[in-house]
Amino acid sequence: MPWDRNQMAARAAQELEDGMYVNLGIGIPTLVANYVGDKDITLQSENGMLGMGPFPFEGEEDPDLINAGKQTITELSRTSYFDSATSFGMIRGGKIAAAVLGAMEVDEEGDLANWMIPGVLVKGMGGAMDLVAGVGRVIVVMDHTNKHGKSKLLKKCTLPLTGKKVVNRIITNLGVMDVVDGGLKIVEIAEGVTEDEIRAATEANIVN
Amino acid sequence: MKKVYANAAEALDGLLHDDMFIAAGGFGLCGIPELLLEAIKEAGTQNLTFASNNAGVDDFGIGILLQTKQVKKMISSYVGENAEFMRQYLAGELELEFNPQGTLAERMRAGGAGIPGFYTKTGVGTVIAEGKEHKDFNGETYIMEEGIFADLAIVKAWKADDTGNLVFRKTARNFNVPAATCGKVCVAEVEEIVPRGSLDPDAIHLPGIYVHRIIQGSHEKRIEQRTTRKKEDA
Repeated sequence: MPWDRNQMAARAAQELEDGMYVNLGIGIPTLVANYVGDKDITLQSENGMLGMGPFPFEGEEDPDLINAGKQTITELSRTSYFDSATSFGMIRGGKIAAAVLGAMEVDEEGDLANWMIPGVLVKGMGGAMDLVAGVGRVIVVMDHTNKHGKSKLLKKCTLPLTGKKVVNRIITNLGVMDVVDGGLKIVEIAEGVTEDEIRAATEANIVN
Repeated sequence: MKKVYANAAEALDGLLHDDMFIAAGGFGLCGIPELLLEAIKEAGTQNLTFASNNAGVDDFGIGILLQTKQVKKMISSYVGENAEFMRQYLAGELELEFNPQGTLAERMRAGGAGIPGFYTKTGVGTVIAEGKEHKDFNGETYIMEEGIFADLAIVKAWKADDTGNLVFRKTARNFNVPAATCGKVCVAEVEEIVPRGSLDPDAIHLPGIYVHRIIQGSHEKRIEQRTTRKKEDA
């Protein structure tokens, strides 16, 4: 059985190490916070916060306290607040150990496309370009294929890029792959999925 | 040095003109200068260029100036929450310059700090880099981005004293600090003007040197995505 959203998030949480400062993107990456367990992880929200807490209880929402997805959140005892220039200073400056992001396409060079579909989606890149250019490690979490069954792990991205040669590891519903010299390397296969299935669902070159 | 004004219209008196460039604070609907935007709508100033991370929603924030067609161009990182924006942009009525969020923040900060250009890795190899100067430092390629120098900055803070020292609250600080610094003139709206001496000098987020006019007002502070958890989840 391929992994579901929560299993993918749980697998991504294994990438995070004690003491890390981490930025989680919107969608499945947000779920990663539910699986960090006892690890001492500090979540950054790029609108200006370190130490992001869970959603507030009903009636305790604060319009001055939101995450980068504009959702109401809470603070923790370790929380600090800062302005947007400082926030992206720590991102661009390599202080954030890892970012977990969703993607539309990733290719065998580690190029990432996740912000625009020409003529269809023109919402903007937000902080994604800064994150992939600046953080220590970029972990992509996404389905292996799109809703038409086409591979999202390509030889070459077709959509406008968010960053060039920026992705380190890709966690999909079928398994885990690393971007290495010459293509993608299979690191782990989801239980019940075969190597042939991963290969068939991957357009990118797979190296052994 | 009188900085405190009675209301938003008075605070903007003499500062607005058609074709001007305004830097605005806020992230989404959080910490936006809602009273000053309303006053700019009332003033009817035309052909505005805004540097602002977002464009509000249809009936709040910069969105109200889109409805009245007062905006010529937006410099933003994300405009996904505004249907009227999309309509005007796709119809060719509105110019849009996408900036990566950190690049936009740094462009404001740089402008306010007298830095006309800087190099960043953000956007290298993407459409953002097209037409920009590329330069290698220590074997890595960077692109040049320019500082923003706006005619006017409008920001929202939590508290001010009458000298313009500002304190923000939680994530409502966001773009307000860099935006405030990059305007020739900065007007701040706050929830409370407190007596001089009552703000801790060690805890001022933006020194009054950057703030020229201040108003106190009551704010709607709308929530864009209300997300909660149940007590039993705790």
